[in-house]
Amino acid sequence: MSDKETTAPRRLRFEIFRFNPEDPESEPRIDAFEIDERPYMTLYMALNEIRETLDSGLQFDFACRSAICGSCGMMVNGRPALGCRTLTGDLPDIIRLHPLPAFKLIGDLSVDTGTWFREMAERTEAWIHEQQPFDKSAPEERMSDDIAQAIYEGDRCIECGCCVASCGVANLKPDFLAAAGLNRVARFMMDPRDKRDDADWFEVVASEQGVFGCVGMMACADVCPKDLPLLEVYAYLRRRALGSKFLRDS
Amino acid sequence: MTSQLITTDVLVIGGGLAGERCAIEAAAAGQDTVILSLVPPRRSHSCAAQGGMQAALGNCVKAEGDSTDVHFKDTVRGSDWGADQEVARIFAEEAPIAVRELAHYGVPWTRVRGGKNTYFIKGESVEIDELLENDGLITHRDFGGTAKWRACYAAAGTGHAVLYAVDSQVVRLGITVRDRVEAISLVHDGRRCYGVVARCLRTGKHFCVLAKATVIATGGYGRIYGRYTTNATINYGTGAALALDTGIVPLGNMEAVQFHPTALSPSGILITEGCRGDGGYLLDKNLHRFMVNAEPEKQELASRDVVSRHMEQCIKDGRGVDSPNGSHLWLDIRHLGEKHLTTKLLEVFDICRDFAGINPAHELIPVRPTQHYSMGGVRVNKDGEAYGLAGLYAVGEAACWDMHGFNRLGGNSLAETLVAGRVVGARVAEYASLTTLHANTELAFAALAAAEARATALLKREGKGRSAYEIRDALGEIMIDKVGIFRNGADLKSAVDDIRALIDECSRVVLRHKGPGANPELAFALRLPGMLRLALTVAMGALARTESRGAHFRTDFPLRNDREWLSRTLARWQPKASAPSLSYEPVGLLDLPPGHRGYGSDERIEMQESIVQYNEAVSAGQVEAGRLATFEPFGSRLRPSQGGAR
Repeated sequence: MSDKETTAPRRLRFEIFRFNPEDPESEPRIDAFEIDERPYMTLYMALNEIRETLDSGLQFDFACRSAICGSCGMMVNGRPALGCRTLTGDLPDIIRLHPLPAFKLIGDLSVDTGTWFREMAERTEAWIHEQQPFDKSAPEERMSDDIAQAIYEGDRCIECGCCVASCGVANLKPDFLAAAGLNRVARFMMDPRDKRDDADWFEVVASEQGVFGCVGMMACADVCPKDLPLLEVYAYLRRRALGSKFLRDS
Repeated sequence: MTSQLITTDVLVIGGGLAGERCAIEAAAAGQDTVILSLVPPRRSHSCAAQGGMQAALGNCVKAEGDSTDVHFKDTVRGSDWGADQEVARIFAEEAPIAVRELAHYGVPWTRVRGGKNTYFIKGESVEIDELLENDGLITHRDFGGTAKWRACYAAAGTGHAVLYAVDSQVVRLGITVRDRVEAISLVHDGRRCYGVVARCLRTGKHFCVLAKATVIATGGYGRIYGRYTTNATINYGTGAALALDTGIVPLGNMEAVQFHPTALSPSGILITEGCRGDGGYLLDKNLHRFMVNAEPEKQELASRDVVSRHMEQCIKDGRGVDSPNGSHLWLDIRHLGEKHLTTKLLEVFDICRDFAGINPAHELIPVRPTQHYSMGGVRVNKDGEAYGLAGLYAVGEAACWDMHGFNRLGGNSLAETLVAGRVVGARVAEYASLTTLHANTELAFAALAAAEARATALLKREGKGRSAYEIRDALGEIMIDKVGIFRNGADLKSAVDDIRALIDECSRVVLRHKGPGANPELAFALRLPGMLRLALTVAMGALARTESRGAHFRTDFPLRNDREWLSRTLARWQPKASAPSLSYEPVGLLDLPPGHRGYGSDERIEMQESIVQYNEAVSAGQVEAGRLATFEPFGSRLRPSQGGAR
């Protein structure tokens, strides 16, 4: 008897934000669902179970379900996180899910991060501004492995939008580049293959929309699922934006 | 509000690496290009490629002597001689260019560090002095089934780094990307493809995209294996299903389905082959390295089909580790050390922590072979043109181009996406520049109306049918149980019957959610029939192929049979038919004669005709199909010396 009690699964209560902008009758609301917890249950498993057994209209996004693709950012008990790698075992009995703020809502937990990131990439011209066009017969260009590793570190951002959603500034000012955008800029800035000079970069980052828009609350660094060194990124950008000429002279 | 009709020069279905690279080629040639994608392109499944991209640069000591010829031979051996060798040759020769181009796009490839480096090779720690003169060149790691170290990599996030670099070029070129859009059907008149009917996954509205050239780049069909796949949840094989639905375009080698040896058990999340490439071991429940005896030469680094079979056999023999989720084996990378694991295998370290709660520097990783890659797909020729419909192309995993034959080597898929994107993209651009747009609106609106009617009928249907999700789960169980790693005639027959029953049930699926908008249940119910048809094609192809080749292993026909089966399966689904019809074509011109792969079984049934005879027949077939010897820049040296192809 007691054995049965100890193995009885926990009953989880999900309180999920619902709104379907495509449905004229839909009003923003919270719906509650209850399911039994299973071992090593993630929000990916839980939300699919809810959709497949309780409410097949529920909208959310997952793709890789392995914390690589960045599709499933959502507010989990008030904090941005990737749904696929969030274990229900780490959460209380009541789990409140909301869509990420700062992005356009598509429906329920699904938001339009794709458009946000594409616009950011266009604004910051987030591609290598190369010295020469690609010459397929040219010998391979060298790069020190240390620099390659440093670039890779910045390149690891999966554009899930958690930092944007957590950012007080980004939530008030839609044109703020936020940590994801500024990290992307820093990644190109440190790449020797990119020929943009300090004056070019100054235009991109040294503004209210760029690094000087940040008020230093740094929630981004707390919520980043990839543990990107965002404090260092901001410091690097401020240094480059403010004192590149000064630093070079000294 | 979406317009009901969009026109463009080039339409690419799928925003993964193959589709994007192809789009870049077309857009750079001045063609107006539109990409449709289920997800924002950077979320495509290409981002999940981990360990590396094969290209014979030969930059580190263990890659010395590598060449495109060695890469070609490895690829053909890996394919168990199922590959089109002309395509494998094109591929191997273009891969180094593709890697250097990616460096140009900004991929931070891991570089050679001149001087002393420590590696783990076949269970031993080895110190190797990398040449100082090679310092800073793109370095390589070892992968399965290769004679040399050849995989270029960025930690264990190679696909991510490559996809972001390629997508940055798509943004730069201003290529239109319509994300959250699903292709529903091809618009064609039986001779030519004019574009697609698509459904917006934001609004649920259907619309048409008409183009001079349409490219299918929708990836693999792993999700027909339900949850027994490493694939992302979006890998339904959409493009292959669309092509099959035409009744004209054949799918090639659909029974060739790869199982990756090391998926995390039970979640099925991929753990890269780079773990074994960097020196990781496979252990049974007694912590014994069973691959050393099984494959003395290559050990853990035999090809994926061979390693997966040894692992499943090990489990069948009772040497698996029992768990509530079934048996598994162990992957041991503890000896590589925490520093290596948190740099060169960082993504593996994170996955182990996040999804298994373990630290692989101190604990063993539970792994089991799991469906991973679709060698089969839309059958195309060397230029990427689909058989049977002008203006239709396919690239990447969605295509059967066919450089992988019956088993793909690790790291070759990432390389294929870029090489095929370049090669086929150039052909697509050329075709589009020589063609005028036929905005056949009558045909388009008829296809649009049919798609809308189908969705409406599904929404209106009432009754007691099963849910689409239940049918999906049932399909996954059938596929893993009966069309898995070890196959046999009885199981395959039973699978064919079971899948046909599911197809029947699928016509009675009832939706529970009838609301407007994207309606995720409707979206899934619309793709389910295609998945079932692909599954039946896989099972029937496997049942018909009474031999074992690469990943297709029949316990009742355990030998490779080059006498009767040195061929590629073609499957067409005739209009109104209840099952696909199968035919066969030769694998293509043979350059490397069929022989022993260097791993796996050395027993086989030899071909009877000579290589020259085989190749003459292939050449004659190519000429008959209207292909001039002078038309192809590649592969001409492979033609038989006295052949009729001149």
